[in-house]
Amino acid sequence: MDQQVPIGVTVNGVRHERAVEPRLLLSDFLRHELGLTGTHVGCEHGVCGACTVLLDGDAVRSCLILAVQADGHELVTVEGLAPPGGGDELHPLQAAFREAHGLQCGFCTPGFLMTLVPFLREHPHPSEPEIREALSGHLCRCTGYQGIVAAVRLAAGSAP
Amino acid sequence: MHRREGLAKLTGRERYVDDLPLDDFLWGMTVRSPVPRGRVTAVRFGADVDWSAFVIVDHRDIPGPNEVILIERDQPVLAAGYVRHVHEPVVLLGHRSREGLRRAVRAVEVVVAPEPPVLDFRVPPRPDQIQYGRDNVLKRLKIEKGDVERALAQAPVVVSGTYETGAQEHVYLETQGMIAWLEDQVLVVKGSMQCPYYVLSALKHALARDESRVRVIQTPTGGGFGGKEEYPSDIALHAALLALKAGRPVKIVYDRGEDMAATTKRHPSWVRHRTGLTRDGRLLAQDLEVVLDGGAYVTLSPVVLSRGIIHAAGPYSCDNVRIAGRVMFTNAVPFGAFRGFGAPQTLFACERHMDVIARTLEIDPVELRRINLLRDGQTTATGQVIRDGTDRVAVLERALELSDYRAKRRAHAAFNETHAAQRRGIGLAAFYHGAGFTGGGEVHLNSRVRVAGLADGRVEVLTANIEMGQGTLTVFTQIAAERLGFAPQDVAIAEADTGRVPNSGPTVASRTTMVVGRLIERACDDLRSRLEVDAAVRGASLRAAIVRWHREHAAERLVGDAVYERPPGISWDDANYRGDAYGAFAWATYVAEVEVDLATYSTRVTGFVAVQEVGKVLNETLARGQVQGGVVQGIGWALMEECKFRDGAMINNQLTNYLIPTSDDVPPIHVAFLENPYPHGAQGAKGLGELPIDGPAPAVLNAVAAATGADPRAVPLTPERLMAIADFGLRSAE
Ligand code: FES
Ligand code: FES
Repeated sequence: MDQQVPIGVTVNGVRHERAVEPRLLLSDFLRHELGLTGTHVGCEHGVCGACTVLLDGDAVRSCLILAVQADGHELVTVEGLAPPGGGDELHPLQAAFREAHGLQCGFCTPGFLMTLVPFLREHPHPSEPEIREALSGHLCRCTGYQGIVAAVRLAAGSAP
Repeated sequence: MHRREGLAKLTGRERYVDDLPLDDFLWGMTVRSPVPRGRVTAVRFGADVDWSAFVIVDHRDIPGPNEVILIERDQPVLAAGYVRHVHEPVVLLGHRSREGLRRAVRAVEVVVAPEPPVLDFRVPPRPDQIQYGRDNVLKRLKIEKGDVERALAQAPVVVSGTYETGAQEHVYLETQGMIAWLEDQVLVVKGSMQCPYYVLSALKHALARDESRVRVIQTPTGGGFGGKEEYPSDIALHAALLALKAGRPVKIVYDRGEDMAATTKRHPSWVRHRTGLTRDGRLLAQDLEVVLDGGAYVTLSPVVLSRGIIHAAGPYSCDNVRIAGRVMFTNAVPFGAFRGFGAPQTLFACERHMDVIARTLEIDPVELRRINLLRDGQTTATGQVIRDGTDRVAVLERALELSDYRAKRRAHAAFNETHAAQRRGIGLAAFYHGAGFTGGGEVHLNSRVRVAGLADGRVEVLTANIEMGQGTLTVFTQIAAERLGFAPQDVAIAEADTGRVPNSGPTVASRTTMVVGRLIERACDDLRSRLEVDAAVRGASLRAAIVRWHREHAAERLVGDAVYERPPGISWDDANYRGDAYGAFAWATYVAEVEVDLATYSTRVTGFVAVQEVGKVLNETLARGQVQGGVVQGIGWALMEECKFRDGAMINNQLTNYLIPTSDDVPPIHVAFLENPYPHGAQGAKGLGELPIDGPAPAVLNAVAAATGADPRAVPLTPERLMAIADFGLRSAE
């Protein structure tokens, strides 16, 4: 058995201290240790993007990062996107996905959302090619991407 | 209306199978055959693992017959001394730690005395390769209409061609997974699936349990596309066997590599056309041979072949048709259900062949289709009289108009004259897709649906049909709400739990909205009749009537039921493959525009128009999403998705080396619907889910042919393939 390593991370504003195996993936840490199963695993090879979370505000693939590498950092997962309080209030991106039918089976959705948060921050008025390029690191097998592109446009249009 | 479960999916609250909280459970994994064929002489457990910490299951632990029951019973749950394909399950292991389990699986050696496998379905088997019947044919089917030999002999022109398609991986984003546990003698199996009652029947059979001791529950399913039609039964059996032996819950979730290597894919196909025509392009005779690669067990191949040959002659009128189909046994992982179910393969061949004919006869590909498209009163290959009143030429015309087809052709010709490094082209495909089970299939399924009136006045719809992204929950809600005059929130949809819901059949074959939706309407009517209220009573007064009924009948249940009834005037002769193959067909024409890069031979789809007549469109946004998703999956199959096999094993079984389209690979898909309500579908709907995957491959390859002058006959048309057949005199131009 490997020696357990103590780590401390802030996830969705909540501080967690845990001892983890050095080779534990961040995706497994979030899903199994913290029960944050909204972060999905589609390939574990860094290809599909379903496992994307924010690490200090940047989108990263949690299947390519070890939990120990997140030590001392701030994470946001899809569960932390909507305003706290547990009501039905949504982040503007979530609302736009809902409105523009940017999801079908929903398995890819959290990953897309987490990539789009920093993308829209940096490109508040993206063109369609820019959107398509930004999404191209993610796989969706259901929608053909069009609903997702429409959702991004909607979110960008409604952004202040 | 918003997608019903959308909020849960958007906030990360939806629990897919791997997300369910589970206490004190074991992970399960599968030890598989390393070779395609042979006798298992030993199973060796490596010395450096403490096996006492593992639950180990092999075929001797199966309480009932060692058979995954489906159409036939030839497939074992776990190989018993003999393996017929690479990755065939041999031993199951259960353990607390997934990592420990991975190491243990690698420490088990399945020793096989190899025998000669069949790896190419197109090559006739040698005697020592025969493993099924006398000739390795898993199923043969034939359609005959008129006198093909005579018509071919008399035809002024005969055009022949052969066409091939490769395997395609589903790539549902959520891999396969199943959990099993024992709850007071009842085996409960929960997981990602399309057909809870298929899983139930497989469990009952191999585990020798009656229905009261098995319960199957579908979890939110992250995509299926047919890939979760039959295979989940295997995983359910594996998880159940481990759980029964361990006495604890067991979870099996495949990782992507295992999922891609070991589960089903679209059947590879080989199709030969011999077509007799008049000089101006009227079809006189269609002679077809359709061959599919079935893999090592029968599974669903006979029905895939059936749908394949029924669609093979295309949506055209021809008096003399012969279609001979067969599925071949090979020592490959069994091929299985995949959106379209045989039709995409044969429609690719048909619609590519139409362009080959047009080129040979030097006539316009649009005209060739226009003059041959089925008119009302004419018959399909099985002799089904088409009389639905749809104007199929209008569907074609609309697609030409929306794609600006004529102007684009001229513009491309001018572009190609002046550009040395690229070629542009536009191509089309006209096609159809039969909705629901083939022939007598729906009668045989005998689907049942229940709608319960709840004490608070709401209703609950109980079916075994599942949500996998296509929108079942939303559409079912709409159908019941509309029928009863209810608000959507007053309609609950029951979880697909065989302990509670009646068997409304599998979620496949574009049948859910059309067939099951119609049953929901009838069950709503039945519910209303039990209340003895006027048919005009809807909405709030109907809710009040339900509440009143419950007050007067304390502790009783208020339900409305419906059982499938065959629409009038439909008949099917299964022995001769004659008659009404489907209650309804959806009709479509798709147009693709491409640009081919002559330096890299890569093809980019730059425009796509999808026009279809699918009866009444119940939810346009969902329908549009289905079409867009299906088209993109079809573009992937046409150009990039290639399963590479070595010695019967898929060698590119990761998303790093099996590529599917990203948002950057595809253009916006322009979708349009023409509506001609179908009287026997819910609110007039026909099936839609599969249709969109039939058209893209032929439309895209026809566009490449138009762009380059090349004559591609196989998908996927990868750059390597296009380079190999390229004869466009370009190397000099570079
Ligand atoms: S699971 Fe991390 S990229 Fe696919
Ligand atoms: S919605 Fe199913 S994979 Fe994107």
